[in-house]
Amino acid sequence: MKAIVDKKKCTVCGVCSDACPMGAITVGETHVDISDDCTLCGICVDTCEFGALSLPQVGTGPEEDLGLYSGVWVWAEWRDGSVHRVSHELLSAGRMLADKRSAPLCAVLLGSGLKENLSRELITFGADVVYVVDRPELARFTDEAYANVLVELIRTRKPEILLAGATSTGRSFIPRVAASLRTGLTADCTELDISEDGHLLQTRPAFGGNVMATIICPNRRPQMATVRPRVMKPLVIAGHEGRIENVSVPDECLKSRVEVLEVIPEQDQTARLTEAEVIISGGRGLRKAENFALLQELAGLVGGAVGASRGAVEEGWICPSHQVGQTGRTVAPSLYMAVGIAGAIQHVVGMQGSKFIVAVNKDPQAPIFDVAGCGVVADLFEFLPAFIRKIRQERGETS
Amino acid sequence: MHIAVCIKQVPDTRNVRIDPDTHTLVRQGVESIINPFDLFAVEAALRIKDDTDAKVTALTMGPPQAEEALRETLSRGVDEAVLLSDRAFAGSDTWATSTTLAAAVRKLADVDLVICGKQAVDGDTAQVGPEMATLLDIPYATLVRSIEWTSGGDLKVTRQTDEGIEIWKLPLPSLITVLKEVGEPRMPSLRHKMRAKKAQIPVWGAADLGLSPDSVGLCGSYTQVVRVFSPPRRSDRVFIEGSVEEQAEALYRYLKEAKVPGI
Ligand SMILES: Cc1cc2nc3c(=O)[nH]c(=O)nc-3n(C[C@H](O)[C@H](O)[C@H](O)COP(=O)(O)OP(=O)(O)OC[C@H]3O[C@@H](n4cnc5c(N)ncnc54)[C@H](O)[C@@H]3O)c2cc1C
Ligand SMILES: Nc1ncnc2c1ncn2[C@@H]1O[C@H](COP(=O)(O)O)[C@@H](O)[C@H]1O
Repeated sequence: MKAIVDKKKCTVCGVCSDACPMGAITVGETHVDISDDCTLCGICVDTCEFGALSLPQVGTGPEEDLGLYSGVWVWAEWRDGSVHRVSHELLSAGRMLADKRSAPLCAVLLGSGLKENLSRELITFGADVVYVVDRPELARFTDEAYANVLVELIRTRKPEILLAGATSTGRSFIPRVAASLRTGLTADCTELDISEDGHLLQTRPAFGGNVMATIICPNRRPQMATVRPRVMKPLVIAGHEGRIENVSVPDECLKSRVEVLEVIPEQDQTARLTEAEVIISGGRGLRKAENFALLQELAGLVGGAVGASRGAVEEGWICPSHQVGQTGRTVAPSLYMAVGIAGAIQHVVGMQGSKFIVAVNKDPQAPIFDVAGCGVVADLFEFLPAFIRKIRQERGETS
Repeated sequence: MHIAVCIKQVPDTRNVRIDPDTHTLVRQGVESIINPFDLFAVEAALRIKDDTDAKVTALTMGPPQAEEALRETLSRGVDEAVLLSDRAFAGSDTWATSTTLAAAVRKLADVDLVICGKQAVDGDTAQVGPEMATLLDIPYATLVRSIEWTSGGDLKVTRQTDEGIEIWKLPLPSLITVLKEVGEPRMPSLRHKMRAKKAQIPVWGAADLGLSPDSVGLCGSYTQVVRVFSPPRRSDRVFIEGSVEEQAEALYRYLKEAKVPGI
């Protein structure tokens, strides 16, 4: 199978041929030709102004009675006794979807010894119902027990949509939920909407953020997505009321073949990259390990974390848990400050989702300036101390 | 012990830059490479092979040219490779990919451990591993950074999560997805290169896997891409000029106005 060319509409302009990541499109005399290298990625379809390209219809398996499913669910993640911020964000996004569908918004809380205030908090962020499964077997996360319990709840209550944070935990067990229910799952979405006919429009970056794709799950339910933290806005709904329902599940749901032997929380707060609002990141431009102290100082001042390029990690100046990029963490803080980082694509793909990107580099040609919203061409050893002094001075501190 | 490693061929991003005006990839001839995380998966398997007498089979689902990627794994020391290739596989989402890979693991019959990369850098979903394990009905652990064995022959893995580290024990057969911390991929050796050149790589299609054409590829997928577009342009970039003091002052004001938290 490959993309379909409407030979009458094709103007042999060649735009699609340039856009095809597989080089599968050749421009002929009267129309383009698509080779067997086509992977049906669909990039060409959108580049064609003339509507000459389309994809074959997706089969998507036997249709179910989709009308049986209703309601929007959010898996509520918590840790250290409090709800993860992403769950608040998802409740707010879910509220909008539920209202458009005139359906209830429900939160699902799984764990052990869960305090009632957690559920109350979920209600203030918009949940109409909070389903709570409180069992000792759920005290520590395992993919099997968490997924099996969620599958059991979904099978009996049939929500139309299920959202979860694209955290390390969400991205680990939600695929098991989707596969068990034989439904589609869209990873790491950054935008959600719903169409008139009830399709969840799930938009996400692909190819390292250089392309956006909107994905639907037309024939299976629930429609499932993991959603990137910090892109949706959490909103408290004053006076919102909801109910809490404790649910019991069959014992066999709670079985897990894996055994959690130990959980060791990260002690170094500046390494908690995925949760940080601000990340100050350093690269080879820092020249030696000791100079990371400058970044630590700035990060400390603004309550941020410290990131690094692979260049800096390879030099041994900072440990790998700080690495941002293709083989490190993908981060999307409010502020990402890249200091002495050249901006290799492998680094950029891990941070370009950040809201504000500031680059500090002495080379005005450094590619990092292509993704930065704000560029500072300067020697970092002069600029950073000046910037730190400025912040301290504004706060009335003396350095 | 028999280890299956799942690898994917992806477009090379090494020479690619982002066009500052159009915000699209500037491609200078798209070459294909093995997904970087999958090289770590191969290395993890080979390290187990170094210590035991495990057999390692590399699997990939892809177009005929993906055979090249399999040969590269052979030249690094993988024992056997199978290419899953069929026009019917085109357009697979993670569900259809997992269905195909799971069928291949079943056909190999005696696999004790499946190793995947953390995620593929083109689709970036990280879903294929967990979905495949679910279809195979075996336990799994994602985000594995090191692997040991218990005296009882179970797998003991260290996972890197957003919050820290977890140590899990898994019985075999099971599946893991790995991070770069499992070890720097070894280089191809001359001996293995020679073998890789000559190796016969079997190609399995949907029929060989006992899969009906409508359960794989685009037809067997549950998700459908309805629109692909370039990410919205960032608001115009500003350069901050002047002496470092002036730059520090200007950046401070810029961030303050933008209401960046912490500033
Ligand atoms: C498969 C693969 C995966 C990869 N994964 C990752 C990944 O996950 N993350 C990652 O970061 N990289 C990754 N890389 C590596 C990446 O391609 C780059 O090599 C790396 O990011 C370079 O690090 P750097 O920018 O710190 O160093 P360099 O490229 O050496 O750049 C240093 C920069 O500092 C500037 N500078 C120097 N001195 C000063 C000064 N005094 N003041 C101001 N500026 C100064 C220089 O102008 C230069 O731009 C990967 C590569 C491959 C092939
Ligand atoms: N077509 C494929 N063939 C073989 N393995 C794959 C394929 N697609 C994904 N994988 C494996 O699944 C992992 C996760 O991929 P993804 O879910 O696409 O991010 C990869 O690192 C590979 O190990």
